[in-house]
Amino acid sequence: MTDVVFYFQVHQPFRLRRYTFFDIAVEDRYFDDSENKRILQRVAERCYLPMNKLILELIEKHKGEFRVSYSLSGTVLDQMELWAPEALESFQTLAATGYAEILGETSHHSLSSLTDLSEFEGQITTHADRIETLFGKRPTTFRNTELVIDEKIASLVERLGFTALLGEGADHLLGWRNAHHVYRPEGCTKLDLLLRDYPRADDIAFRYSNKTWDQWPLTAEKFARWIHEAGPEDAFVGLFMDYETFGEHQWKETGIFDFFAGIPAAVLAQKRFRFRTPADVAAEHEAVGRLAIPRPVSWADAERDVSAWLGNPMQRAANEALYAIHPQVLELAAAGDKRLLEHWRRLSTSDHLYYMCTKHFSDGEVHKYFSPYASPHDAFIAFMNVLDDLDRRVKQATTSVRAHPEKQS
Amino acid sequence: MLGWEFPPHISGGLGTACFGLTQGLATHGVKVLFVMPKARGDEDARFVDILGANQVVLEESIQLPRKTVVEERVEEGADLIEREIEVPVVLDTSDEQGQRLQRSFELLEVDSLLRPYSTEREYVVRLIERETAFPRPQGATVATKTIKLRRRIPWRRLVSSEREVDQEPLKRRRMLEFSGGYGAHLMDEVARYALAVEEIARRHEFDVIHAHDWMSVPAGLAAARVSKKPLVIHVHACEHDRSGEKVNREVKAIEQLGLDGAHRIVCVSHYTAGQLRRHYKLDDKKVRVVHNALTQKEQKERVKVEKAIDDPIVLFLGRVTFQKGPDYFLEAASRVIRVRPRVKFVIAGSGDMLSSMIERAARMGLARNVHFTGFLQGEDVERMYAMADVYVMPSVSEPFGISPLEAMALDTPVILSRQSGVSEILRNALKVDFWDVQDMANKILALLAYPALQEQLTDEGREEVRAMRWEHPAGLVRDVYTELVGAR
Repeated sequence: MTDVVFYFQVHQPFRLRRYTFFDIAVEDRYFDDSENKRILQRVAERCYLPMNKLILELIEKHKGEFRVSYSLSGTVLDQMELWAPEALESFQTLAATGYAEILGETSHHSLSSLTDLSEFEGQITTHADRIETLFGKRPTTFRNTELVIDEKIASLVERLGFTALLGEGADHLLGWRNAHHVYRPEGCTKLDLLLRDYPRADDIAFRYSNKTWDQWPLTAEKFARWIHEAGPEDAFVGLFMDYETFGEHQWKETGIFDFFAGIPAAVLAQKRFRFRTPADVAAEHEAVGRLAIPRPVSWADAERDVSAWLGNPMQRAANEALYAIHPQVLELAAAGDKRLLEHWRRLSTSDHLYYMCTKHFSDGEVHKYFSPYASPHDAFIAFMNVLDDLDRRVKQATTSVRAHPEKQS
Repeated sequence: MLGWEFPPHISGGLGTACFGLTQGLATHGVKVLFVMPKARGDEDARFVDILGANQVVLEESIQLPRKTVVEERVEEGADLIEREIEVPVVLDTSDEQGQRLQRSFELLEVDSLLRPYSTEREYVVRLIERETAFPRPQGATVATKTIKLRRRIPWRRLVSSEREVDQEPLKRRRMLEFSGGYGAHLMDEVARYALAVEEIARRHEFDVIHAHDWMSVPAGLAAARVSKKPLVIHVHACEHDRSGEKVNREVKAIEQLGLDGAHRIVCVSHYTAGQLRRHYKLDDKKVRVVHNALTQKEQKERVKVEKAIDDPIVLFLGRVTFQKGPDYFLEAASRVIRVRPRVKFVIAGSGDMLSSMIERAARMGLARNVHFTGFLQGEDVERMYAMADVYVMPSVSEPFGISPLEAMALDTPVILSRQSGVSEILRNALKVDFWDVQDMANKILALLAYPALQEQLTDEGREEVRAMRWEHPAGLVRDVYTELVGAR
């Protein structure tokens, strides 16, 4: 049997206000609530609600033979609780069917795995607790922000009790090997690594509505034919993509919902294929071999590395400045003042670094589409101004905690 | 190609752009004959054939207006004068009877020529008559008698008369005079340039006419008329960019003629295309946008400058006129100084707003922070760019704007107005709306506070500017040519 694994990433960042130098030490509202609310509600209406409804129908129709998985960032959970509780409920309904696995990730969709492993661990645990509370089951599969993996990350994830890890089926990682098998990262003893079949996943996520694509229009039957090309020995096909693909990046008018509705039946038409979740795959398939991941691999851009977030001097400086105040923020949190930690963690969301990306040409267009800023430099300025203010507040709070420790506890 | 200036004799960006474009076109195999008003012979002709309108021998057949001729002649004649005059009857006293008669009466004669109502002429006539014709007889006068006198008096006089005559058309070979500048008689020079170019168009073989800015428009139209070849008008700036609200109607009318008569209109930016759309009648289908680039000469090596003061320097460099937005620079300066008192703002350049800017800076209490250098040229410009920590171009309206590229080539980070053509293509620069002085101040402060931002902008900016070579825009212009020639 070959398992088809759908994993959808659900995430929205807390975008910053147009925070200027003149706001420093004056304004402590960092985030653009009205814009964040507007976008979240738009995405809920265009994507989360209609797509969840469709998937629920498909799950019910196929009685366990159609399964999916989701990873929801802590920030999107916050935003749904605030501005679209019905969307959160619809995810809970899906999870309750038992055929939609909810994965683990960092609470704030951060790249802490690249800079500070203890913060990384802290965010994973925080998030796992929350998923357990909201969905009734502690996650056993982990997916890191932007699918970033390397051996250190894999080892830590294994140590935290996860049994499966998702990653990008990057060519330079696989070499001659096939993305349709389960691998074991070098340095791990039992963690199963499931890789993304990026050509197939991107057929849906990027190319589906592209009229200049020679395969346009893509039908469920055509797509299923491509899935069926997987060899009989292949364990699974990893179709990992952003959930906003459906209804937001590709509008309803492109027919993306109808296309998706046709996929389960078309794929299941060949008995050798079934739909499974990452946890199912990890439970049923053995790793075929070890995979060395010496450098971080992500699912972004042509390079499949982390240069989209830490590739230029601004991004590195911003990241450095952020983590420079991390110890004090933690110290404050330990002393009882958790508000600044929450602010800090919202700033750790990878999107803020992504907005500063200056890689242009083919990839730059994608970056621009997702950025609320006119330019990467504007993104850097707003972020640094906010961080400057947060730094001041942290210092002030630290001084007062040290002077009056009893007040804070 | 018709252009007003070409290196080394340039007064603005136009000549440099023309040079860059022809250099780029050469790499695409386009042969260019560049016609300028006054070629001095030392132009950089590595990539083009240069022809000065001042070198063209015009064979003219000039239809002169009908002429008024004055003719003079001498008329001669004589007046016949007839008079009846009284002459004295003289008593002959030589005999006895006579003596007896004499004794019997006495006759008193008063000798006078005067007559009542006589004219002077008549008097003269009488005088002549008396002295020549009538010698007085001897003897006593006893009576008078009337006799008839006829006499011809000859005369001569000069007579003049006027009449209009057709003139023979004037055939002549001549060379026109050009200053090649932008002086007081620019309009005349533009007309003479058109005359020369028309002749050049008759004598040379070419496929496309490419005319830069309004001064070349009449020439371009004339060349297109005589050669029946397609005309490309290249708009580097329109009258509304140059003069704001005080538009020269004559210039604007010429620009409109160019836009009407051109087969393609190349604009240096979308911003300029927008200006044309807003202020002129424009057929959008003819418009193509081709941004400028930098010539190798403009891509200078970094100048090392010892900065004597520690305070960061924020620079405005350009004409101190409304169009360049120096007042917005001052407003931003005052906001920056409130947060960071030790920042120097330098306004380098001169212009009609300079004195009011100096007064305003003083009124705003910025005298210690804002410095005015006056007009800079040559190496001083480069040194100033290199000394600055931030270069700001707050222009209210800038068709293209090459100065940010020059600053970037010298590793100075740039903040520029979005109301400029160059902001459409520059990625490694901070952009503001010129009126948003708060944002301008915010970005100045950010550049001074965050070294990574400076590093980002200068590192990637240097590469970006280096890549802005004329080959690319020239390729787009070549495509315009191909399109036009192919359509025929």
